[in-house]
Amino acid sequence: MFVEEHDAKQLIASGGIPIPPGQAVRSADAAYGAAGEIGGPVMVKAQVPSGKRGKGGGIVKCGTPDDAREAAARLLGSELGEFSVDRVLVEGCADIARELYAAVTIDPAAGGPLLMLSTEGGMDIEEVHANSPDKVQMLPIDIETGLGAGQAMDLAVGTDLDPQVHVALAAMLLTLYGMFRQYDAQLLEINPLAVTTDGDLIALDCKLVIDDNALFRQEAAGPERHIGTALELEAKQQDFLFVELDGDVGVLANGAGLTMSTMDAVTAHGGSPANFLEVGGMAYKRATPALGLVLKNPNVKSLLVNLCGAYARTDVIAEGLIAGFKELEPDIDVSFCIHGTGEARAQQLVREELGIDPHDSMDDAVREAIANAAARSGASA
Amino acid sequence: MISSKPNVLVQGITGSEGTYWTEQMLANGTSVVAGCTPGKGGQEVAGVPVYSNVVEALDEHPIDLSVIFVPARFAKDAAVEAIEAGVLTTIVLAEFVPVHDTMEMLALARRAEAKLIGPNCPGIVFPGRDFVGIMPGWSERLFSPGRIGVVSRSGSLGALINLNLVAGGFGQSAFLGLGGDPIVGTTFRDALEWFELDPNTDAVVLLGEVGGPMEEEAAEFIPSMTKPVVAFIAGQNAPEGKKMGHAGAMVSGGKGTAASKMAALANAGAHVATVPSDVVTLVRNL
Repeated sequence: MFVEEHDAKQLIASGGIPIPPGQAVRSADAAYGAAGEIGGPVMVKAQVPSGKRGKGGGIVKCGTPDDAREAAARLLGSELGEFSVDRVLVEGCADIARELYAAVTIDPAAGGPLLMLSTEGGMDIEEVHANSPDKVQMLPIDIETGLGAGQAMDLAVGTDLDPQVHVALAAMLLTLYGMFRQYDAQLLEINPLAVTTDGDLIALDCKLVIDDNALFRQEAAGPERHIGTALELEAKQQDFLFVELDGDVGVLANGAGLTMSTMDAVTAHGGSPANFLEVGGMAYKRATPALGLVLKNPNVKSLLVNLCGAYARTDVIAEGLIAGFKELEPDIDVSFCIHGTGEARAQQLVREELGIDPHDSMDDAVREAIANAAARSGASA
Repeated sequence: MISSKPNVLVQGITGSEGTYWTEQMLANGTSVVAGCTPGKGGQEVAGVPVYSNVVEALDEHPIDLSVIFVPARFAKDAAVEAIEAGVLTTIVLAEFVPVHDTMEMLALARRAEAKLIGPNCPGIVFPGRDFVGIMPGWSERLFSPGRIGVVSRSGSLGALINLNLVAGGFGQSAFLGLGGDPIVGTTFRDALEWFELDPNTDAVVLLGEVGGPMEEEAAEFIPSMTKPVVAFIAGQNAPEGKKMGHAGAMVSGGKGTAASKMAALANAGAHVATVPSDVVTLVRNL
C-alpha cells in the first residue's frame, strides 16, 4: 500500500523527523488560506499514491496565496497518472543548500533491509545511480541487530557534508530505519532530504509503501485508494487479484504461476488474453464469482479454463464454475483443460452438466479458445 | 536433511488443514512423528501425539523437519519456535506472510545454520518415498519415481509440468516447491546446488516467475554444473508494474522481467522453453 505524501510525512514527523509547515486541503480557497497562514512562497503538491509527480506537473511553486489558489484550482480534479487529484498539500518552502537522498528498502537478493544514502538527491536519483553507482552508499542491515549507531555515523561521515550535519544525519538514519521496521515498510524514502542554508535537515518529500500482507497490524496506514477499471475495483472488493487486459480470450486458471503460464501460452499461440485473474490458495473455493468477473469484461469473446490442481481441488472449482454458468447462462464458447487433484470428477461434471469435453492437452484447449474468439469477432464484425 | 527420509513434526496439526494433510502424508509414506498446537498437548491426531510446544515434542521424538500449518500472521512465531528449538529444516506453507516476518525468519535460520523453505510454498515431494506439504504426493498422474529434479516457485505450475513429465514417461527424483514470495528461505540456486550433488538426479527442471532476482542468481551457478537444466519462466506477458498473483510477481524497471531471466538462463547454458508444454520436449531432447 502506497501511503500518500502528506500522511507519510505526518507519520515520520511523529517519529521526530522534521518536515516543512504544511496543510492538506481539498479546495482552492482552502489552499489560499493555508498559503497565507504559512507565509512566503509555498509548494502546492498533488496528493496521489504514486511517484513521478514532479515530472508529471503535480508540484507547483507559488509566490503568493493567489498563485496557490490558482495552482490548487488547476490540480484539484485533474488526472495525474492513474489517479484523480482530490487533495493538495500546501507547504512552506525551505532554503535549500543541498538535496540528499535517504531510504530504507528490502533487498530481495540478500533477503534483508538495505539502507541507501546519497548527497545527490532529487528527481534524478535513478540516473545518478545508473551513471555513478558510487554516489549512492548502500548498507545491508542485519535485521536481528538492526542499524547500529556506529554504522549510521560511518555513513554520515562518509558524505562530503559539513561535519556539523553528520550527527543529525546519523540520528535521522536511525529514526528512518526504526520507522521502516515499525510500519512494515517495503520502502521508506525521503527524497529530497534537504540540508537548509542554516545546516538543518528537513524532509521535503516522503514515500512510504507498506506491505499489504502486514496491513492487519498497521492501523496507522489509514484507508487505501484503489486504482483500476471499474471491474478491477469490483474484483478487489471481492478479494480477487484481477487485471483487465486488451485481448479477447478470457482466462480462468488456478494459482498465479499456472495463470501466468496460461496467458503466456495464449500469446505464444497467436492469441491475446483478456485478463489475469488468480483463483488460487483458498480462493479456489470461490470459482462462481471469479467466473462472473471474467465474463463481465465486454472484450471477452471466448473463455479458456485451465486447471491443474495441486492444493486446489479441480472438482470444487468445476462445481463453482458450473453453478456460475447455470446462473449467468453466458452466450460464449468455453474450452476446458483439467488435470491434477480431483480431475476425474471435475472432467465428468463438466461433460455431464455443461456438455463440453475437456481437452487432454493444454495447447489444444488454448488453440481452440483462440479460434473461437477469432470466429466470434469475425461474426460480429 | 531431506536427502534421507525425515521424521516430521506438524505445527498446527489440530487445525482442519493440518489434520487433513497429516492424514494424507501418513497414508503416503511420510514419517509424521509428532504434532504441536499451543494448549493442545496430550491429544492425538490421526494417531500422531500432539504436544503444546516444539521443545516438548523434541524431548520425545527425533525430529528432522517441521512443517507449519498455521495462518500467515502466526507463521513467524511458529517458525522461530522450531528453529530455536533446534529443528534443522522448517517449511512454511502459508501465503500472505508479512515480508518483515520472512526477513526475520530467514536471518534466524542463517544464524542457526538451519534450512527454511517458503513461505507461500507448496512443500516437497519425493515420489515413491514421502511428501511434506500440500502437493498431492500420492497422485500417480503427477509424480512417479525417476531421475528428473523439479524445482518451482508455484505449486500450480509445478503440478502442470510434473503431469507433462509423467505423461511423457519421465519421473522425478524430487519436487521442491520454493514459494512465490519476493523473499523465500530456499532459493533456486540452493536447489540447483542440492540437485547437482544428489546422486538420484540426472537433470533439473527449473520453473521460475517474473519478479525478483532469484532466477538470474541461479543462472550464475549453471555453468559450473555437470547436469543439464531445462527452464520455463511464467509471466512473459505480465503487464509491467501490475501486481500479479504472487507478491513476488512484480515487474519493475526492466529488472526481474521474464525476458531478462530467460536470457540469463539461456546464456548460462540452460534449455529455455517458451510454453509449458515445451519443457518435456526439451527434457526428452537432452
